[in-house]
Amino acid sequence: MSRIFWCLFFTFWPIAAIVVCAIAPAMDWGFPGNREAATPLGQRIDDLFYLILGIVTVAFIGTMGALAYVLWKGSKNEDEKGWFSHGSHNLEVIWTIVPSGILLFIALYQIDVWAIYRVRDYENRDADPRPTHLVAEVTARQFEWRIRYPAPGKKFKTYKEVKDWLARPHAGDVYAVNKLFVPLNRETLIYLKSGDVQHAFFVPDLRVKQDAMPGQSIDIWFTVNRAGKFNLTCAELCGWGHYKMRGEVEAVEDLQAQLRRLKSLQDYDGVTPPEGAPGELEGATP
Amino acid sequence: MNTTDTLNPSSGPAHDLHHHNPSFIKKYIFSTDHKMIGVQFLITTLIMMLLGGALALGIRWQLAWPWENMPIFGIKFAGEGGQISPEFYTMLFTMHATVMIFLVVIPILAGAFGNFLIPLMIGADDMAFPTLNMLSYWFMWPAIFFFGLSFYFGGAASGWTSYPLLSALPEAAPGSGHAQNMWLIAVTFVGVSSMMGSVNYMTTIINMRAPGMTLFRMPLTIWSMFITAILQAFALPVLTAAGFMMLFDRAALGGAFEGIHTSFFIPSGIVVNNADPTVGGGQALLWQHLFWFYSHPAVYIMLLPAMGMVSDMLATMCRKPIFGYKPMAYSLAAIAGLGFIVWGHHMFTSGMNPALGMTFMVSTIMIALPSAIKTFNWIGTIWGGKIRFNTVTLHCIAFVSQFVVGGLSGIFMAAVPVDIYIHDTYFIVAHFHYVLFGSTLFGIFGAIQFWFPKMFGRMMNERLGKIHFFLTFVGFNGTFFPMHLLGVAGMPRRYADPYIHPYLEHLMPMNQFITICALIMGLAQLILIYNWVSSIFWGPKCGPNPWNANGVEWSAPSPPPHGNFEVIPTVYRGPYEYSSPLVQGRDFLMQTELLPPPEPDEPDDPDVPAGSAGPAEQDAPNDSPEDPATGTDGEPGEASETAAEES
Repeated sequence: MSRIFWCLFFTFWPIAAIVVCAIAPAMDWGFPGNREAATPLGQRIDDLFYLILGIVTVAFIGTMGALAYVLWKGSKNEDEKGWFSHGSHNLEVIWTIVPSGILLFIALYQIDVWAIYRVRDYENRDADPRPTHLVAEVTARQFEWRIRYPAPGKKFKTYKEVKDWLARPHAGDVYAVNKLFVPLNRETLIYLKSGDVQHAFFVPDLRVKQDAMPGQSIDIWFTVNRAGKFNLTCAELCGWGHYKMRGEVEAVEDLQAQLRRLKSLQDYDGVTPPEGAPGELEGATP
Repeated sequence: MNTTDTLNPSSGPAHDLHHHNPSFIKKYIFSTDHKMIGVQFLITTLIMMLLGGALALGIRWQLAWPWENMPIFGIKFAGEGGQISPEFYTMLFTMHATVMIFLVVIPILAGAFGNFLIPLMIGADDMAFPTLNMLSYWFMWPAIFFFGLSFYFGGAASGWTSYPLLSALPEAAPGSGHAQNMWLIAVTFVGVSSMMGSVNYMTTIINMRAPGMTLFRMPLTIWSMFITAILQAFALPVLTAAGFMMLFDRAALGGAFEGIHTSFFIPSGIVVNNADPTVGGGQALLWQHLFWFYSHPAVYIMLLPAMGMVSDMLATMCRKPIFGYKPMAYSLAAIAGLGFIVWGHHMFTSGMNPALGMTFMVSTIMIALPSAIKTFNWIGTIWGGKIRFNTVTLHCIAFVSQFVVGGLSGIFMAAVPVDIYIHDTYFIVAHFHYVLFGSTLFGIFGAIQFWFPKMFGRMMNERLGKIHFFLTFVGFNGTFFPMHLLGVAGMPRRYADPYIHPYLEHLMPMNQFITICALIMGLAQLILIYNWVSSIFWGPKCGPNPWNANGVEWSAPSPPPHGNFEVIPTVYRGPYEYSSPLVQGRDFLMQTELLPPPEPDEPDDPDVPAGSAGPAEQDAPNDSPEDPATGTDGEPGEASETAAEES
């Protein structure tokens, strides 16, 4: 009796696990907002996630099924002795080669996305497509995101100019805190810095995460293809207020318009209403 | 039943058994007896487990009911009316991990079971260096003392990983002052203690095996302890060095290093909390490399011994030889070897050269292979067995099934692109708890029950053991399985209040469910403690071999006297000859048992290598099971072949 109970007990949990995973999307336990990523690369990450999920689900059912089977058989074994076997060379070979093939496939299949996500840009980090994509510099500090945009309309031609802009503040720069505007459907380049300790720039909806290392300036590339506001959080422990580094990334059609609006709010002298955003004066912070 | 080898007249007394009656202090406190040291480690780590668990429940309370007054302990917590403050919360998870890793899992495996089992299982009278062994225990106490001091100063709060600059600059956080210094010093002492242990284990296993105990007749427990000791010896110095570099950077130790003030990890021009800008030119990433170069192998230090012990327990409880002994041993070695070249998978998003991410990804994914081989072999061991469903077996089966979950979820984070998303979310928390708790701790619980008779000469209570197992298993899965979902939903680790982020608001009910399960699991451990303590005094007494097991340790009296064996045992075969057709009427055949009719060549020279002129028929893990001498050996070999083909 108790043997049957324990066999059922160990069979029940894997089934429960699969059921929970199966109903997870319906219960809103899946990816944020239960939606696919808002970047093309993020969608490929999702696909890879589901690919691995499929493979491990098969492996999970296989192993747990085998475990349940041998438990069941072993619990009903009425022989005087167990099966005297020291193993099987053939089986060892099979269950070495098959998993290694699957694992190698998983590993190699991932490389492409990682190469696009980070490696190619890193290898070409002194090359020239970057000036046209630069959107902002984000500096993480305890416990907020400080954002600096180039002056509205400013165009960079060479990487040298970009480096120069990154090195120090420039006249006309637009400053903001905790709210980052990025262009919609356009490749975006953010330079990530840390003002103090280590942080991590994490936008779950975009599947973007990058640590901000003190003393380094790290570039992040992504293309947002869905308009809207996305939560920006810190993913690396940065002190007692780690949890409250709440920010927002908003993808907009016309980035320059937003920058002009921010600029006029920034320049507001308290007398002349700014051109772009007359209605926002009350909430404007100089 | 007592099969202690008495057929070996050449063996002298293993140890001077009756030379003295040691004083209480010599016997129970400053003991050099490996068994007493093992029990000391076990008691210490079990107490620390309760402390670490209490810290975890504090974390869970905050995540389920943020900013609510904490019941019972609330009065002691923080100044503000019993709430958990955010800085207190960062301390809670830092110290939870620290206590569990450095004071529970590592010392309970290597310290408690390594000490207790290694000499007994290889047939030695004690460790090679008994005094060093005693020191390795007593160096735990400065560590515990300094961790205690860290609590006194408010508790280190930069995570158990202690990434700089949070940990390197005292201004960075309330917990980064003296508390961090104390933490670093304590970790150094843990390292010294482990190092003493590992040197001792390696020497003992290499030099002090009983006659006939060839390397491939060693139980897998010993294999795993051996490999773990090697891992520790090679990885630990890196952490110790990194800890001192950090102390120098911090100019810590009460001004003793004031003149040094290095900048290994501190870049220049950083302003933290309006303190003076740092001078330097260091690199914070360096710490991560050094830290994980130790701490990834440490993950295997926290797992391999449990794998070994579960292999032994499973074979015993299923009355079957271990399936694929040599693949099991080789895959332990493969895990350890690969374990040294995967540390970068903790740093995929850290800003290290991304090309490294590819190599670390491939090596990390490939480490799943030896893990998978081990899992298949455990299932193979159960296959066709005659299973005894006792507490030990249940814990071992739990180990295997939870290890499958923990191993498979590891593939997600080994894959760099997917890891970009799930890194530092609760998915990671779920994964490592499945490995470290679901696997290792269930293995430990099983081992506590399995070797308890050898430690104390009494049995633990089965009914209480099963209740403890049931509650722990249910509570464990209820706690940690949903964390996978939290992680996929994007909930980051180490958040005192995730719900201020709109996309996480709806996860609060799930966190409350998790906390209730964690509470059940935590309370269930009291049953284990009660069972353990009461069985020492009132458990039913047992003989030397209550499980009908094969290992050398079961030929010693329970509990073994000082010096372990009355005569040095001689080993005639591997440890897994269960259900052997060589013996009738019972299903075990001890390693030390000499079968009649004896070989013409009496084992006065038992050191002969396996498979040569010695008792070859009794060396079954060797590749040649057929032996013309007995005439029965061919059948099981054939039977296994056909069964394998049928499947």
